[in-house]
Order: sequence, then C-alpha cells, then structure tokens
Amino acid sequence: MADITSDLKADTTSPAQWSRSKWASVLLLVAVVLTTLRYGGLLPDSLHRIPEAMIPPFAAWLDVFFNFVKDDLGLLTLTRTLTEGLEWLLDITANLMFGKRRWPFIGPIPWTAVAGVAAVVGYHLGGWRMALLGAGTFIWTALIGQWTIAMETMSVLMVAAPLAFFIGLGLGILAWKYAAVNRAIKPILSVLQTLPFFTYLLPAVIFFKVGPTAGAVATTIYAIPPMILMTTLGLQKVPSEVVEAGNMSGCTKWQLLRHVYLPSARTEILVGVNQVIMLCLAMVVLTAFIGMPGLGAKLLAMMGSFKLGRSFEIGVTIVLLAVTLDRMSKAWVVRQPVHFERGTPWWRKHIVLLMCIGVFVFFCIAAQFVQVFAEIGRKQNFSQGKEIDTLIKGFLALDPVQNTTQAIRYVLNVWILNPFRDFLLSIPTPAFILLVVAFALSLGGGRPAIYAAIFFGLVALSGWWDRSVITLYSVISAVTLALLIGVPLGITAARSEKWSQRVLLACDTAQTFPSFIYLIPAIMLFGITATSVVMSILIFAMVPLTRYTIEGLRTVPPEMTEAADMAGATRMQKLMKVQLPLALPTMAVGFNQAIMFAFFMVIIAAFIGTQDLGQELQRTLAGTDLGKNFVLGICVSLMALTFDLTIMKWATERKKALGLPD
Amino acid sequence: MTAETVISCKNAWKIFGADPKKYLRSMPAGLSFDDIRADGYIAGVKDVSIDVTRGEMLVIMGLSGSGKSTLVRCFSRLHDITGGTITVEGQDLMSLSEKELIELRRNKMGMVFQSFGLLPHRTVLENVAFPLEMRGQDKHARRERALEVVKLVGLEGREEYFPRELSGGQQQRVGIARSLAIEPDIWFLDEPFSALDPLIRREMQDEFLRLQGMLGKTIVFITHDFDEALRLADRIAIMKDGAVEQCDTPDQIVLNPATEYVRKFTEEIDKARVVRAGVLAQGQVMGEGEPVEASASVQDLARLLVQDARAVIPVAQSSKVIGGMDRAAALEILLEAS
Repeated sequence: MADITSDLKADTTSPAQWSRSKWASVLLLVAVVLTTLRYGGLLPDSLHRIPEAMIPPFAAWLDVFFNFVKDDLGLLTLTRTLTEGLEWLLDITANLMFGKRRWPFIGPIPWTAVAGVAAVVGYHLGGWRMALLGAGTFIWTALIGQWTIAMETMSVLMVAAPLAFFIGLGLGILAWKYAAVNRAIKPILSVLQTLPFFTYLLPAVIFFKVGPTAGAVATTIYAIPPMILMTTLGLQKVPSEVVEAGNMSGCTKWQLLRHVYLPSARTEILVGVNQVIMLCLAMVVLTAFIGMPGLGAKLLAMMGSFKLGRSFEIGVTIVLLAVTLDRMSKAWVVRQPVHFERGTPWWRKHIVLLMCIGVFVFFCIAAQFVQVFAEIGRKQNFSQGKEIDTLIKGFLALDPVQNTTQAIRYVLNVWILNPFRDFLLSIPTPAFILLVVAFALSLGGGRPAIYAAIFFGLVALSGWWDRSVITLYSVISAVTLALLIGVPLGITAARSEKWSQRVLLACDTAQTFPSFIYLIPAIMLFGITATSVVMSILIFAMVPLTRYTIEGLRTVPPEMTEAADMAGATRMQKLMKVQLPLALPTMAVGFNQAIMFAFFMVIIAAFIGTQDLGQELQRTLAGTDLGKNFVLGICVSLMALTFDLTIMKWATERKKALGLPD
Repeated sequence: MTAETVISCKNAWKIFGADPKKYLRSMPAGLSFDDIRADGYIAGVKDVSIDVTRGEMLVIMGLSGSGKSTLVRCFSRLHDITGGTITVEGQDLMSLSEKELIELRRNKMGMVFQSFGLLPHRTVLENVAFPLEMRGQDKHARRERALEVVKLVGLEGREEYFPRELSGGQQQRVGIARSLAIEPDIWFLDEPFSALDPLIRREMQDEFLRLQGMLGKTIVFITHDFDEALRLADRIAIMKDGAVEQCDTPDQIVLNPATEYVRKFTEEIDKARVVRAGVLAQGQVMGEGEPVEASASVQDLARLLVQDARAVIPVAQSSKVIGGMDRAAALEILLEAS
C-alpha cells in the first residue's frame, strides 16, 4: 500500500493535492513509527489491539434491538403472514416446474415444452443462434439428469425476479419523484450492495422460515438495489421535450407517468430487468447455504465431497442458464419496435405468441404418449459424472500437472501469502487505521479519509479485528495478483480491435456466471486449500480489471493517439505517456469493482475453510445469532465501502480533471 | 385593428434560482440581466409585455439563451411565471387549478417541439391520437380524427410506422399532426424546423404556410433564423437576455430598428426582400399612372423602379390607391441591398 501512495504522490501537482499528500505522508510516518515501536517491544499491548474489556457489546445491543422489533413490535407476525402468501406463490411455480404436490396440481410441465418455448422466444429475440442457445440449455439440463434440481432453482427465480422488479420499480419511482426518499435510500443502497450475502440469509431464515421462502426473500432483497438505480436513472433521462409534449397533450400526473415516463425509460428499465435476473440467479444458487434445494445445494454437496465430475456438470448447467437468461434479456433491451404493413392479418401480428402456444400444447400432448418427452428417467440420463471425475483426477495426478500446482501453491503460500498475512497482523490497530486513512486521504481527499477513519475505527471496535484483517489480506493479495495478470492481458488485447472484442465478450459472459461457479476451477486445481480461496477470488476479480482496462484504453480519443504518433512516440511511449494516463480513471472503476467482487467472493470462499469474517458468518447461519451476524456483515461492508468511496472519488475527480465523459 | 386579444402578457417575469419569488419582490427596479446573474439568479423572461391577437402569427426570435423558449413555455404554463400576469382567452393562467390547466391544454392548445418530443414506443397513429386518448375520447373516434390529421400533414400510408423508422422531416410532421389533433385555437411552435436540414426546412415552411392558410390559427412561432421569421411572421418580437427588444411588423423592424441590438441583428438582411410597397406609401402625394400592389416587395418591383420615370408611384391595396411611393427612397433600399 505504501508503494501505491508514494506513486500517486509523485504525480499530484496542484497545491491542494500537495498538502493532501503531505498530510498523508505524516500519517504514514506515524504508522511506521508505531509499527517499529511494536517490533521493538516498546508499544504496550493496549495500543496494539483494543483490549477486550473496551469493546462495546454491539452484538448484544443489536440482539436486544432485533428482539424488540421481532417480538414486541410484532414484525415476526407480519413476516410470517407474508411468508404464507409467498409460500403460496412458490408452491404454484414449484408445482408447475417440477411437480411439487401442491395446488394447482397441474405440473410438472414436460421439459420438451419448456425447451420448445425457449426456442421460439429465442428465435423471436435473436434469430437462430439464440433459439439454439435457449433450446440447447434446457435439452442439456434434461439429458444430463438435472431437470428437477434446475427447476427447483428456476421456480424460486420465477417468483423472486418479478417481486424484485416490482419493488425496485416502485421504490425507484418514489426515489425519482421525492428527493427526500432519494436521500434516505442512497446510503442504504450502497450498504446493501456491499453487505455480504450471508448477512441477507440469516434474517431471511429467522423472519421467513427455512427453505424456498427464505431463499426467495434473500434473493429478492439482493436484486432490488440495481433495479432502483436503473429506474431512477431511466426516468431522469427522459428528454424534457417528451415530457412537455405529454403535458401539452393534457396528461394528468398518473397518465404522464404511465404513458410518457415509463415507456420512454424502457431501455434503462429493461437493463434493470436484466440485472435483476442475473443477480437473482447468482443469489438463488447461494441460498444453498440456508438449505434451499436446487442447483446450488447440489453443487455445494458435490464440491464438499470432492466429486469433481458432477460439480463440473452442474457448473455447466448453471453457466448455460446464466448465459441464456442474460443473452435473451439483453436482446430484449436492444429490440426496437418494427411496424407491420397495413392489412397484416391478426395471426401474423401475433405469430410469436401463437407459435409459443402451439409448441407448448404440442409437447404437452406428445408427452402424454411418449414418456421421455415428459421426463428423463434416472437411468436414462447421459450424465458422465464418474467418468469426468476420473478424467479430471487422473489429469491432476499427472506428474507435471501435480508438480506445477504444488509449486504454485508452495510459492504462493510460503513466500508470498503467509508472510504478507503475518505482516498485516503484526501492524498495531491504530497504525493500520492510519495507513488506510493515509491511503484514502491521498487518493480521495478529506471526506473519504474521514469515512475511512470512522469505518475502520468501527471495525476495530467490533471486536473482530484480526478476522477483518485476514479478510482484507485475502482481498488485497488476490486483487494484486489479479492486477498483475488482468491489466497486461487487457493492454495486450486492446492493441487490436478484433482481440478487444473477443476478450470483452469473454469478460461479459464471465460476468454473468453466478459467483459460486468460480470456486469450481479453483477447487479442481488446488483442492480444498487456502490457495483455492485466493485463486477463486483472483479469477473472479480479474474479469472487471481486464474489461475496464480494455474499455479505458479504447475510449482514449483517437486524436490524442494520433498526436502521439505524429510526435514520434514509440508504442511504449504512447502507452505510458498518453494512453494509460487517460485510461487510468476508467481502470480505477474496474479496480474498484474488482475489490468489491473480491469482498463478495472471499465470503463465499468461507465454504472452503478460511479464518476470516466469512467463516464466522457462515457459522452464525446455523443458529439464530442475528446480532453477531449483523456485526460481522457490517464489518465487511464498512471495509468495502471505504475502498469504494475512496476509489470512486478519485476516478470521478480525475475524469473531470482530464475532461473525460463519465 | 380591433382584433380580439387571445394571449395577453403583462410584465411577466420568469426567474430561475434558489428562491425566485422572494428575490423578485426584493429586487430594485432597473436591474440588468447581468446584475441579476451576479446575484445568482437567471432572468429567463424579463418584464415582458406582449399581446397576441386572434389569427395572428407572432414570431419570437433571438439567439439561443435569449429566453424565447422560456417565454413560450410561460404562455403554455409549462413554466410557472415568477411575476406579472398572463391571460389566455381571458383566463389568468396562474390562477388555474391543475384540472383547469389540463382542460385548457386538452382543448385549446397545441405545441410542436424542436426535437419533436415523440413517444418512441408508439406508432405514428398512436402518437397523433395521444392527446385525444388523454382526454378520454373513444377509440374509434380518435382513430378517425388521427387518420384525418395524418393525411393533412401528408403522412398517409405511414400510420403504423414507429418514430425511429421515419426521417427528421417526417417525424416533425408527426409532431405537427399531434399538436393539431385536438383542433387547438392556439398553436405554439418551438423552433419546429431547426433540427432539419435546409432543404427539408424550406419544404416544411411551405407546408406550414399551406396548413396555416387552411386553418388560420393563432400562432406563436419561435425561431433563431431571421429568414424564417421574415417568411412567416405577421409580427416579430426580438428577444435578448430575457427581454423583448422590439415587437413589430417585419418592415418596421428592418426600416426602423428600435435599439442598437435590433439594428445589428437586421444589418445582414436583404431589406429589398422584406420591405413592401404598402409600407413606403405615403398619404400626401398619390402619384399618377398605373399603381403597384401594396403587398409587393421592393425587390419584386426592382425592374419597374429602375425603368419607370415617375418620382412618385401610386400604391394600391385591393384595387384602391392608398398612397404614393417615393421612387428614390425605394431605389435607395434596393441599392443598399446589393
């Protein structure tokens, strides 16, 4: 960290920033002195870590508060009532999708019918390729013998996504309409977006029963924030003349919203829908941790027992579902209305709907006569779990492969990771906080520095300091490694348009994968070890880094690179003196996203076995320790927010200074 | 002229800023635009008094930021004015309740926008029928009426198209059709042709004149293009920094600019094309011989002015001689132009 700050100090020039960096170096110096004193044995223990006795019992206070809300205010009664409604909805989708014995006792819908409808919708949205993708996904799921678990997941998604959409849309409209709501909602949203998902899960379980209902609630809440943001953004972007035209047409307020604002904000709202679907999918897989059956639970079980073949197959199913849902919803975003010539017959205008109904009915009837059309039996599926398992394990047991993975593991653990962790842990708490504040001050200035001091101070007071530092260590080391790989990759790819496109597409696709998926290759290569934790974070965090590096470099105005060329710059000079400085603010956004992703992933990795906050969080899921769960979650959130505020402030300021568009 | 006043605007102010009402009350008289800006406020409309009579076409013109769009938005109460009064057909705009305002817009006003303001998710027909739909007309009747107006603006056969499938000129025809759908008495046009390229603009102006010839509405037309203003206007109001510098007929503005700003503004204008014989006609000396038409511009008469030997040429309006035009003065205007 010291390196980063000194680097940045070097290129700050304006007087305000100079005093900023001067202050930062003073803080840095104090931190170094404190640490040296500690090494010399001169620093009393009470200044190294806050003594146990001084730590306020936040968890107990929170528990008192939660109990008050839960029992005395009767929130539990309310949520249990809501649970019944939700359960009713979930039972309907569960019955339709995988034949759970509940009202309306119709299902399960034959898999062929679902695949057929997916093909028609895919064709309508994106031609033959999309049709193939849609049908292929469902055919694969059925043939591989995962239909039921996949539909368990889908049945929750089908309830959670619309719920998140409507709640997000409603709150988004309110936030757009009333400045007070907006002000109230903004900080809650940013905390929600950095809160580890385990913190969503426990309250969901306590208030909404274990199983699909809690899963659906956690999923819904998780997916709401981007919908709110996109709705507000879309409504703000409606051109004023369109609104005025609505007013001059004599719209009432309601008519204006319904007929003018919402349809004009269509694109942003649909982007919100896409994000809702993708976040729901990511979260619904993770609800496996609270016992939600489905793809996630199966994957968790398979990875836990190191059955790599089956894990791989389930991983493929999840990825296919993610890609299909993402591509189709994105195709829907860019789809523009096209007129029909006059006199087009009614059936021609509604051909897609009719085809869907036709295909659906056809397969439903066919399934009555041909058993495999309805369901693929246990013995009929094509799962090659065992064979793939043997193959992967055989490959990993090969000498060169094993040597490589072991070497990487050894070097990483013994030379880099462990020493770094021990170093971080050896820094006295006040010195650590000063370091973070110095970082925030030199990058973001006064306000982020104050936030950093408050946030990390709170973390220190939470009593989970060591675990927080270990969490931070995993994040920093993984993101640093990801930087070393992702940025050069991005720079290389950005050199040709063709490769930029390809790598961007790969990044886009990778970003649609539910985060859980990233554990699979890490576990495959490095087993259930600490290296896998860093590796899974690394892969996950590399995606935004590479992507924003390419985007940053591509948005450098061509006049500037042309000017550099005409000035006789070599390729390297052009990169270092022109392109990178201009791309840096955009790259910083990617860096920020990488850190946020890392904080998210490090919690999931608790599943592999870590010693950080995630581990403790996961443990709370087994009980009803809501207070502790919240304290732990807020610790993660506060650390993530510190970085978020600082880096984003720097990126915006820098963009403004360089005159780049946002 | 004793024509009925449709829009009457008295000492209207529109100030943007933190607390414009309070600021306007405490403001000393005679502050300039820049003084107000120095106080942290922007005077969008600055003490404007102007009347629009029935059937008249008033063109408001000025550079961008001069407040012309703001003024027309005050006429339609898309902006609430800060001070003064604006009455439309005798009703004080600011005293109208929301419901009454909506009623007024649904029945009396139509507006056309610079960048069209079309709803992207609706077809041409649905866009045109939108105001009718808002006032709750039944489906059949509004379709009928919308088809009628679409035909009027020459977009027959494109009823089912979406705005993005049309060219700019066609999109603005949709905008015009929409504003006419409710048969408004008052028609606001906010730089309707500025976003179009010059050839289409010319064509649309002709189209607009044709429509106005048929419909005879009361029109407030905004433009920053002087040629356009001269082609269309009965009267022109020239605005600068929120205030109206001069409001008069095109001839008067060209011949007798009220302020230095207006003079500069009109400097480049080919006066011979603007000034008509009727304006140059003086009552005292009628002149003799064949009269010329009052509505003919000096340029139209160029050949005659050069070849004719008379000192005073009679000018006739509806075959009645109304005065005599001093040939030398007319020639002077013609020469100045070239």
